[in-house]
Amino acid sequence: MTTSNIWVVVEPVNGSLSATSLELLSQARTLAGSVSAITWGGAAHAAQAGEYGASTLYDVGDLAGALPGASVARAIAGLVAAGIPDAILIPASYDGRDIAARLSALVDRPVLTNVSGLADEDGLVTEHQVFGGTQVVRARFTGEGPGLVVVRAKSFIAEPSGGPAASVVAAPVGETGRTATARVTASHVEERVGPKLEEAPVVVSGGRGLGEAGQYALVEEAARLLNGAAGASRAIVDAGWVAYSHQVGQTGKTVKPTVYIACGISGATQHMVGMKGSKNIVAINKDPDAPIFQIADLGIVGDVRTVLPSLIEALKARAS
Amino acid sequence: MNVVVCVKQIPDPAAPQSLDAAYNLNRSGKLILDEADTYGVEMALQLVERAGGGEVTVVSMGSAADVSGLRNALAMGASKAIVVSDDALRGTDALGTAKVLAAAIAPVAPDLVLAATESSDGYTGTVPVQLAELLDMPSITFAKSVAVEGSNVTVQRQTEAGYDEVSAPLPAVVTVTAGVVEPRYASFKGIMAAKSKPLEVLSVADLGLAAQVGPAGARQAITSVVAAEARQAGAKYVDDGEGAAKIVAFLESIKVL
Repeated sequence: MTTSNIWVVVEPVNGSLSATSLELLSQARTLAGSVSAITWGGAAHAAQAGEYGASTLYDVGDLAGALPGASVARAIAGLVAAGIPDAILIPASYDGRDIAARLSALVDRPVLTNVSGLADEDGLVTEHQVFGGTQVVRARFTGEGPGLVVVRAKSFIAEPSGGPAASVVAAPVGETGRTATARVTASHVEERVGPKLEEAPVVVSGGRGLGEAGQYALVEEAARLLNGAAGASRAIVDAGWVAYSHQVGQTGKTVKPTVYIACGISGATQHMVGMKGSKNIVAINKDPDAPIFQIADLGIVGDVRTVLPSLIEALKARAS
Repeated sequence: MNVVVCVKQIPDPAAPQSLDAAYNLNRSGKLILDEADTYGVEMALQLVERAGGGEVTVVSMGSAADVSGLRNALAMGASKAIVVSDDALRGTDALGTAKVLAAAIAPVAPDLVLAATESSDGYTGTVPVQLAELLDMPSITFAKSVAVEGSNVTVQRQTEAGYDEVSAPLPAVVTVTAGVVEPRYASFKGIMAAKSKPLEVLSVADLGLAAQVGPAGARQAITSVVAAEARQAGAKYVDDGEGAAKIVAFLESIKVL
């Protein structure tokens, strides 16, 4: 059985569809003849969904402040009852994971998460990086469809197909009972300066090797001088040195910059998965056996608290 | 207020990990309480203390042969533990796990169910919300703070841009991030008390879920495991004062500078 019909959950973010949504539409187009998209609160996204290959955009409508998970999953379950796709692709975002989990339980179908590759080999094959990205697990669904596939950011390249605007079809939510009663009452945006972590061509990240929270300022300074973004390992986010929005790794952001500079990061499994796709990797760590050196194009065995200030001085000297 | 915390005993993440012949994670070594779950246990204990009464119950699926991780949660202050343990559960997927946990949790009738956002071994990250759906509860994921006021739970939920304030009526499922609270260490008194706290072991038959668990219930299969494309390690220098200069030269070579 080959794959002919794929649905993609596309997530509205600040008046556009999220980057991962566009990556998934692009990949879906290469796998299946028919690609449909599902979104919420957004007939306005018909042009963009069509531009990236969706022929139909199912719109769940305004959620009136409810978290999307339960409502969007119910709308999709309603669509599935009328016509079953081969697979439903969902971005691995906060809301995407909620939708996938709710939908899985609603339609009683399995979900495969942390997917970083997709192929059609007589049916859909998913790829998952395990053990710090050292091994790739390939898996497939064995029962009746649709299989639910949650895909990590930056697994595919977003490429417009130049297609016409998708035709918009309303997808009613139906009865939600108690499940959709979680409501957003306020949103807080944490101010960031410089480019976004996921988009920056240069990422400078700090870890435990910095020694203390105050030293993270060195990472931010180096990032600023390189017109890059500052990232962090889970260890120092958990320790409260820096906000979660800086976290790179399995549970944080996936980055693929031109160069990734890891400062005092040993290279735990959890971190490597989020950055090993970087084009170039520079690592500074005082432990010569730190796993991060195994994937670094340039490794400096030394104390980040002396190397980083020297680097900052050198960059300032160049700028002046 | 009664709180259930979903916990998992996992192979020590610091030890080398491997898959067995059936592509299941090798769990034959020592198991520990997933560190990610200690935040939920601590949060639950604090919420119950603040509410002025109630119980924290930890619920787990996995081998009952080694329950030191669950005893650890009891030593922190949880009142009792329920573990669903059965050879038939080997190879159960996320949805099957959620079905098992839902069946074990429903009779407890908790006001709140807490879980980590994902386990540190499987990383699937869907079980808590699948569980919420099966229990007909609202869910709020990725909490960085949790407060209960009256019959509502209010959460600061992480977003791409910062955080949202989200509120839901109880009973509800909330997943907590590492760092939501600082987990306490079990006291000697707590460790001694944990030895006599109730630890209930249930089988799949007890829950009436036979057909929905194990590899058959998973309806997905690993077809192969291959080595990832290896990255070649490049030059490595011991910093002799020239480390920064070497980085600048490298950045020039790739035209970042």
